[in-house]
Amino acid sequence: TGRDGAGRGGHWCLCPVADVKGRPCEDFCVLQHSNRRVGRGVICVITLAEAHPLLQNGKTITSVNYQISANCSRLQNKVSGKSKRGAQFLTELAPLCRISSSDGEEYTIYSCIRGRLIEVNENIISNPRLLQEKPSTEGYIAVVLPKFEESKSVTQGLLTQKEYEEVLLKRLNSSS
Amino acid sequence: MSSLTEKDGPVVQLLMTTGTCPRCILRFCCVGSQALYRRPYKDLMKDLEEFLKNNEEKEDTVYFGVVDPPCKKIRRGHTEEGPDDLSHYGALQKSPSANDENTAMENSGMKICNVCLGILQEFSEADFVKQVCQKVNSADYQFTSFVFSVSLPPQLSVRECAAWLLVKQEMGKLGLSMEKDDIVQLKEAYKWIIHPHLSEELGVPADGKSLFEVSVVFAHPETEEECHFLATACPDCFKPAKNKQSVFTRMAVIKALEKIKEEDFLKLFPCPPSSPKNLCVALEIQCNNGAIFVAGRYNKYSRNLPQTPWIIDGERKLESSVEELISEHLMAEFKADSFNFSSSGREDVDVRTLGNGRPFAIELVNPHRIHFTAEEMKRLQQTINNSSDKIQVRDLQLVTRSAIGRMKEGEEEKTKTYSALIWTDKEIQKEDIAFLDSIKELKLDQKTPLRVLHRRPLAVRYRFVHSMKTEYVDEHHFRLRLKTQAGTYIKEFVHGDFGRTMPNIGFLMNRTTDILELDVESVDVDWPPTLDD
Repeated sequence: TGRDGAGRGGHWCLCPVADVKGRPCEDFCVLQHSNRRVGRGVICVITLAEAHPLLQNGKTITSVNYQISANCSRLQNKVSGKSKRGAQFLTELAPLCRISSSDGEEYTIYSCIRGRLIEVNENIISNPRLLQEKPSTEGYIAVVLPKFEESKSVTQGLLTQKEYEEVLLKRLNSSS
Repeated sequence: MSSLTEKDGPVVQLLMTTGTCPRCILRFCCVGSQALYRRPYKDLMKDLEEFLKNNEEKEDTVYFGVVDPPCKKIRRGHTEEGPDDLSHYGALQKSPSANDENTAMENSGMKICNVCLGILQEFSEADFVKQVCQKVNSADYQFTSFVFSVSLPPQLSVRECAAWLLVKQEMGKLGLSMEKDDIVQLKEAYKWIIHPHLSEELGVPADGKSLFEVSVVFAHPETEEECHFLATACPDCFKPAKNKQSVFTRMAVIKALEKIKEEDFLKLFPCPPSSPKNLCVALEIQCNNGAIFVAGRYNKYSRNLPQTPWIIDGERKLESSVEELISEHLMAEFKADSFNFSSSGREDVDVRTLGNGRPFAIELVNPHRIHFTAEEMKRLQQTINNSSDKIQVRDLQLVTRSAIGRMKEGEEEKTKTYSALIWTDKEIQKEDIAFLDSIKELKLDQKTPLRVLHRRPLAVRYRFVHSMKTEYVDEHHFRLRLKTQAGTYIKEFVHGDFGRTMPNIGFLMNRTTDILELDVESVDVDWPPTLDD
């Protein structure tokens, strides 16, 4: 897969989340920037993990919808200033968007971490193939900024790369 | 009015008997001749006594039976008591006061002035001048002139006001009028007296525009509470102070004195003011030199050096910094208290700055040394360059504060050139990168990079890449030279930052790319002036 920084500039720490909300193989990745120099926290990027059904062969995405409820659209998120005032606050199971595929399935993409929603990737609305072709760079879902005090703890509940590989291994063994 | 005239007689008499020193008397008589104030204290006393005697002989019985001026009383050893005098003479008779200066004054017949509290008396004498000059000399500063600034306790303004009302009343009796503004200000008279002395001792002239400041803070604890009545009379003049500092600042007191009605003032404050037991105290004598500015250009050859110290939670994460490596030697040579470093833009820790280098300016705060020839600056530059291979400086020179503006001026308009080493995932041939050379004035759409988003607002900026030049290295690497508008994020232009900088090199080449190395080749700002080697 080449360099870790390719397409996004190095120094990202990968934290997978597996089977979110008990739904099998609906895995996500939280990329956490390693820069803890100064400032108000550590930026995180939410992406799909390789094992996610949407990234498997044969899936065609028909729509990406950031309107997650009657009152809430992630597209209306507006942040201002250094402290990102006005941002929608997310908890781990806050929905970011809903994605439909041509086979009638609907998938909800979850935040996976607590923090302020900084931006969502509008490019995947008009170009859903970006999500499938480059899920961990240009096809990212959202950027989230956890609270400064929670910078270190926010990924504690998530898996390490090794633990995730074990999960993948288990799935492989149980299906064969 | 340059000297005393006959009609000043009553005022002089009044002020003398109520305990005001000769120089303050001259002030309240609006005497503008500086030379008179500079006359030795004893001579002034004699002059005033002469003046009064002459006046007496001219006038009728108005001054008959007048109480002698206090000084004569002391000499004769009289213990005649007036309401204010009691404690004063009591002190004299008991034992020498703890304050040596008090004793000296009392022995020589000087009662501490009830208006200036000794400023135009003891603190105008040679001993105090010596004390100040000793402080200045031991502080070891280079200077070619000085400005002397004095901070007086607020209660002096109150006493001045009381004396003024007293004089106004007396003048009124004679059918004469006088404006408060005609009175010579205490600070002004003080400087008339002390500047020549200081100038002589220090060997340099007094100059209001001088960068070298000698400042004295006076206090008079004994009368500190004299201002407090103003708080009840004019409460809105006194705002609650932060940091438990006194609410009775000089400005607040002066404002209140302007507001309060004369009748109210006279009800609340003794007029004439009482004679103090003690002199003022010189709390602080401090020296300060105005800031000096050193400019130059720096090269950075390390890929592991931040521009400013990198400290998190009190722990230093990376050794040293560009600003410390340059400023360390300047601080030592100029013997400054502290510095402020600024530059025309800056580069990341892992980026080198080559070519002519980046313009910078350092403000050295309170330097003790200020005289440096061009030769000495060159030597200083050499010293800095010898001390580290991580940075080098050139064109090191002294500049004015206003010149710094030139450095920041061009920050958005000026161009910069860079050299980047780029990695590609798929193999490339020379032909695959050639097209980049012909792209001119490429407009970029850059969202705030994720790596700085935690401390900067989310925004989109438009920047131009003016031109590019490629150099093939191998199947996965090539060098890119680019000339861009100031403020362009180069790293993000190369790797794309999750597609948040568009277009980017990866997008243009339809590959995944990353940046391995970045160098600044030039910062196209033509300041500071280039010096010949």
